[in-house]
Amino acid sequence: MNQVTLTINGIRITAPEGEKLLWAALDNGIYIPNLCGLKENTEPLAACRLCFVEIQGRNKPVTACTETVTERMVVDTKGEQCLRLAKSGFELLMASHALDCGHCLKNRNCELQRIAHHLRVSLKPRILRKILRDLPVDDSHPAFIYDPNKCVLCGRCIWVCRNHVKSGVFGFAHRGFQRRVTTFGDEPMGRSDCDGCLECVRVCPTGALVERGAVPRLGRTEPVY
Amino acid sequence: MRQGVPEGSLSTTFASLQKNALARWQQERSSAKPVITVGTATCGRAAGALDVVQAFQDELERHGIDCPVIEVGCMGHCYAEPLVVISKPFRPPICYSRVNPVIAQRLVREYILGDDPCLEFVLGALEPNDLIPSFQDFPRAAYEQKLLLKNCGHINPLDIDHYIANGGYTALVKALQSPPAHIISEIKKSGLRGRGGAGFSTGEKWEVCNGAQGRPKYVICNGDEGDPGAFMDRSILESDPHSVLEGMVIAAYAVGARYGYLYIRAEYPLAVEHTRIALAQARKYNLLGKHILGSDFSFDVTLFEGSGAFVCGEETALISSLEGKSGMPRHRPPYPAVSGLNGKPTVINNVKTLASVPHIINRGADWFAGIGTETSKGTAVFALAGKIVSTGLIEVPMGTTLRQVIFDVGSGIPNNKNFKAVQIGGPSGGCLPESSLDLPVDFNSLTGAGAMMGSGGMVVLDEDDCMVEIARYFLEFTQRESCGKCTFCRLGTRQMLSILDDITKGKGKLKNLETLERLAEDVKAGSLCGLGKTAPNPILTTLRYFRNEYIAHIVEKRCPSLMCRDLLTYYILPDKCERSCDACVGSCAVEAITPNKQRIKVIDQDKCTKCDMCRVACPVQYNAVVKLSPPQKVPVASK
Repeated sequence: MNQVTLTINGIRITAPEGEKLLWAALDNGIYIPNLCGLKENTEPLAACRLCFVEIQGRNKPVTACTETVTERMVVDTKGEQCLRLAKSGFELLMASHALDCGHCLKNRNCELQRIAHHLRVSLKPRILRKILRDLPVDDSHPAFIYDPNKCVLCGRCIWVCRNHVKSGVFGFAHRGFQRRVTTFGDEPMGRSDCDGCLECVRVCPTGALVERGAVPRLGRTEPVY
Repeated sequence: MRQGVPEGSLSTTFASLQKNALARWQQERSSAKPVITVGTATCGRAAGALDVVQAFQDELERHGIDCPVIEVGCMGHCYAEPLVVISKPFRPPICYSRVNPVIAQRLVREYILGDDPCLEFVLGALEPNDLIPSFQDFPRAAYEQKLLLKNCGHINPLDIDHYIANGGYTALVKALQSPPAHIISEIKKSGLRGRGGAGFSTGEKWEVCNGAQGRPKYVICNGDEGDPGAFMDRSILESDPHSVLEGMVIAAYAVGARYGYLYIRAEYPLAVEHTRIALAQARKYNLLGKHILGSDFSFDVTLFEGSGAFVCGEETALISSLEGKSGMPRHRPPYPAVSGLNGKPTVINNVKTLASVPHIINRGADWFAGIGTETSKGTAVFALAGKIVSTGLIEVPMGTTLRQVIFDVGSGIPNNKNFKAVQIGGPSGGCLPESSLDLPVDFNSLTGAGAMMGSGGMVVLDEDDCMVEIARYFLEFTQRESCGKCTFCRLGTRQMLSILDDITKGKGKLKNLETLERLAEDVKAGSLCGLGKTAPNPILTTLRYFRNEYIAHIVEKRCPSLMCRDLLTYYILPDKCERSCDACVGSCAVEAITPNKQRIKVIDQDKCTKCDMCRVACPVQYNAVVKLSPPQKVPVASK
């Protein structure tokens, strides 16, 4: 496959032609905050709105997950405009995230913590008010626990369940602020035909889907995705 | 895609259709007997037009008069519904307004049987004459230019012959005889821009789709009009569905599409019904289907009822809903013109855009480009609603100023109130103040002022409307209608709504305004689709033009327009209250009003629920019940 050369933050990198900018950057060790992206998914959801970058020649920040790399593209991931949007989007997510790192099984292995660290912002929203949905935690499944209050609606779990496992246990339901990942007819996970392959737990960036009986990690580890 | 048949045969086939249609039309309209037409679009029906039709039929039968009663669409004068037009030989056709069954009976007896035109019910005559002022003499006639609305209220939307007799489908015949590239270049030359809101060049869209790879191609008509206060698409689909169909077929021919979809929201049952009938009639006449009018070109349209999501007006969400998925937008590019329905090239246009196409083909691109302004060509259809005398549908050339639209065409603000703002473009638009009234209505100047052309809803607000509450209302709408896919729209609108909620309840803080403004800008820049990108417009424009109202709510806890219920109190002025009158006492549902020793009525503020019934009940000659804001202004009542 042909390679293209581009510059991100002054660093020249090469990436396969047709690759999305987000993956080109991540593969070259340049971190861009992201939640909803999955490399195998060729139709990016573009829902989390965190991977904003500035590309020379464009007047507005664009999402890196939807932008295909081009030869001699000049990208800035630390521009003022794109960081403002990323921080604003992140604060919005955190304002509606049931923050409980101390008791969360994803602690120290959480994409949200990583993004907060990268953006140098606090996990607690500074200006925005906390608006939570207070949905019941679903612990009916023998293999995993689903806490919708921690979900950021990235849709990764749905994508792997449908495209890798070919099962389609859950999907998005409801509209607007009430949107959530749930099973058909809002049945508890335990009563769905999920066989507990835990693919969804593996891709979940937050503590919304965690393995039952998992031990909180103490050391700092890099997330799978 | 050239025709396999000689060009002559196409016109011959159509000529015979046209001849029949004209014969039927002339027999119906120019015969010696009178003709009654009643506007029975949704606006007319809501005002009782169906009862009027029934009353006419009964009364005509009783007197044994042979006179057809034809149901037509909306004439645009929705403030005066139900509208009836009676054409009598040797008389100008006369339009009667606010007709009820009793008036209908009288009209039959006195005008149709006798010869008294009942001048007290007349709105105007359709043709200039020396008896009755005609619509052409109305002040609004100087500004109006009816193109898309020409047939609305004139023809029976359920009869294809009426459309053909009035010049319908001639553009299609003309189009089928020229190469698709020529049509695209005509549309491009005309400067037609999408009437759905964004204003993208229609010709360019068609050109991209025409050049795109992939078969079959599709044409979709976007009739998912969901803005509060907008009803242009509904009226056109109800009153003249064939004009939209003709535009669709021409679009399909130009881009080489085989299938089309008409996406109409299910909340418009009458528009759906009329369009369904129109589709069947067009198929019968071979204006749709295989080998249209004997040419090599085949195209068929399926009607699809959208099930009530505002976001499905966004083209990618609409397509995803057509595909059977949940109506949710996706990232563009690829644009639908390249990869749309089922991943195939798709042209998706608004109802009004498609309805403009036949006129351009018939009368030429130069003629169309001659109407309007430098950047926006043609006419703009607006639905006037809110605090305006002549609510209804109007069509003016682009470039008409807001002042002309509101005060000359719409006859201004009722009840001697002062104009405050006009909300253009629905929940995605903005509120423009009096200082913007001299802006010409076109795509560019409205965007510059912070509003949006939108699809054409225009809600007029007067001094009694609180701008903070208006912003809150529209944001509540977008917040509820957000699909929830992307972070900014799902959570940003929710945050902004909670701030506005607080301000309208008097709990706001000054620093909230800064947060609100910043958040609004971020939501605008960061959202995935048009809904989120435009949802903050009502906030940003009200903050820009009416910031003092926000400050009054926050600092003084006062609602200047006396609209926010938490910030006002009802009070009965003792010097105005009439001792012998108890109207307000009876009207109060919670028994909060009692007479004191002097029989002056006093409101118990602890019991009062601020339902406004006492103010309505108080006779106008006293007008003793007033609203006060902030609530502390109420003097301590003497028991």
